[in-house]
Amino acid sequence: MDLKISREEVLRVAELAHLELTSEEVELYRGQLDEILNYIGKLEPLDVSQVEPMAQVLFAATGAAHPELRDDTLVPCDVAGAVLAQAPDAKAPFFRVPKVIER
Amino acid sequence: MSAASTWTIAAVRDALKSKEISARELTRDFFARIENRNRQLNAYLALSLERAYAQADRVDAMIAKGEALPPLAGVPIAIKDVISTRGVTTTCGSKILETYVPPYEATAVERLERAGAVILGKTNCDEFAMGSSNENSAYGPVRNPVSLDHVPGGSSGGSAAAVAAGLAVAALGTDTGGSIRQPGACCGVPGMMPTYGRVSRYGLIAFASSLDRIGPLTQNVTDAATVMSVIAGHDPSDSTSAAVPVPNYAADLEKPVQGLRIGVPEDYFGEGLDSEVREKVLAGIALLEKMGCRRMPLKMPHTDYAIATYYIVATAEASSNLARYDGVRYGLRIPGATVGEMYRNTRERGFGPEVKRRIMLGTYMLSAGYYDAYYLRAQKVRSLIARDFADAFQKVDAIITPTAPTPAFRLGEKTADPLQMYLADIYTVTGSLAGVPGISVPCGKTKCGLPIGMQVFAPHFGESRVLEIARAFEKASTATP
Repeated sequence: MDLKISREEVLRVAELAHLELTSEEVELYRGQLDEILNYIGKLEPLDVSQVEPMAQVLFAATGAAHPELRDDTLVPCDVAGAVLAQAPDAKAPFFRVPKVIER
Repeated sequence: MSAASTWTIAAVRDALKSKEISARELTRDFFARIENRNRQLNAYLALSLERAYAQADRVDAMIAKGEALPPLAGVPIAIKDVISTRGVTTTCGSKILETYVPPYEATAVERLERAGAVILGKTNCDEFAMGSSNENSAYGPVRNPVSLDHVPGGSSGGSAAAVAAGLAVAALGTDTGGSIRQPGACCGVPGMMPTYGRVSRYGLIAFASSLDRIGPLTQNVTDAATVMSVIAGHDPSDSTSAAVPVPNYAADLEKPVQGLRIGVPEDYFGEGLDSEVREKVLAGIALLEKMGCRRMPLKMPHTDYAIATYYIVATAEASSNLARYDGVRYGLRIPGATVGEMYRNTRERGFGPEVKRRIMLGTYMLSAGYYDAYYLRAQKVRSLIARDFADAFQKVDAIITPTAPTPAFRLGEKTADPLQMYLADIYTVTGSLAGVPGISVPCGKTKCGLPIGMQVFAPHFGESRVLEIARAFEKASTATP
């Protein structure tokens, strides 16, 4: 069967997404992604050359030119302990990870 | 009150004021109900007993002192498990966050508690809110309390089931493409999606940031208005929350709907719509006409492109948002020899199949060479869909459609075919993409007794209009058998 997405592309996307797929998953996702991509292809015939992308929802909703931004002021933020307490491996004030080497 | 009775917010208020029951007793009663039914329904993932009783005792102390009670005093409420609760495990229905205990509170939850609500616990949902049946939860599916062989809808399936089964007076859900409205329809309770930016999302764990919204599932429309009044409003902690004044939703609720122009887009009544759903929704529209609404035909020509557009935008945003789960700062870590191996091991073991599928799809769409063809094109079609709504609201005050093309389907019926599952959101994703508010209100049942939902959309920040029409309909439809 001729699929829109190749096995290599599936592996490349998995690599980009930091997903380690089993070979069964590669084939499963390849078929499913292909079906979904075919369905999504229905947007292709639409002429959108004169249409602006909808990059911001709230502007349309409020008519505002920019979102409400708060003042850029320092506020107390003593949360490091609580945040580090959730880490699988922490040594205050750091998160610990395996040594970073060239991939 | 008997165990089977359904509490509303007004009923709780009256019972507490008349000292018929204390907040502590009511809380205990709800935990007993949950104890009885949850093994069957799997609606709750975690209970916050200590926190609930402490809040109930605060409410009881206020009653004892004769103080004025806040709007949700003693009202037992459930929270979808994608919304952060300080000190209470928040898993998002995922193994990757199985042990995660948020160090902070979502603004919506904080506002509920400040209004006196008793938070009972966290409800089951599709993993990271990705699904239309609740079958994508890592902690097992939820069953529809109306019919146990059927799904409760999703992704807020646990919230909808908890409310429908009387295991909570109200619940918070989240809606990205239909995840409050569709389970509301499946379980036979009202489910409201507010305007994008109306309710703060601080503490909502992100799925698709340009679409995600928090809203209530309740026993009736009046309760939806009450909860909305509490949770709506600007929040400095959420830069996407709107600084638009919040009306008193409950006060506007009983306005007559006479003379309102309701648009019925033919594009929502085409192929794929179940005949019983069509019949009941059309009967619902006829009832609104009988109350003096003026029915107007509408064309929303880009409706058919909504699912394709939605699955590009939502998966692209999801792939970016879910990049944060890497085993470093919170949640699951599966060790590896290198940091990259640790990321991959963690994500492979931590995410379920639908989440991986969407991350893959989104990553593909955003990858070099495909961005313009998919993501940029979808954002443009999204503008066209939003324009369909803007054009329609030049002519009508509200739009009425079915909530979902079919009633609740059977467990397992669509799990093998992701695209079929996506099509369950065909009538809800349009409003999600446009950013407008919508509600699903129950409008009868199929011959087999499965609930059917009717959807009402209004212009941005038109929650009052949505609620007013839904309330008028609810009142009229429950009065006429």
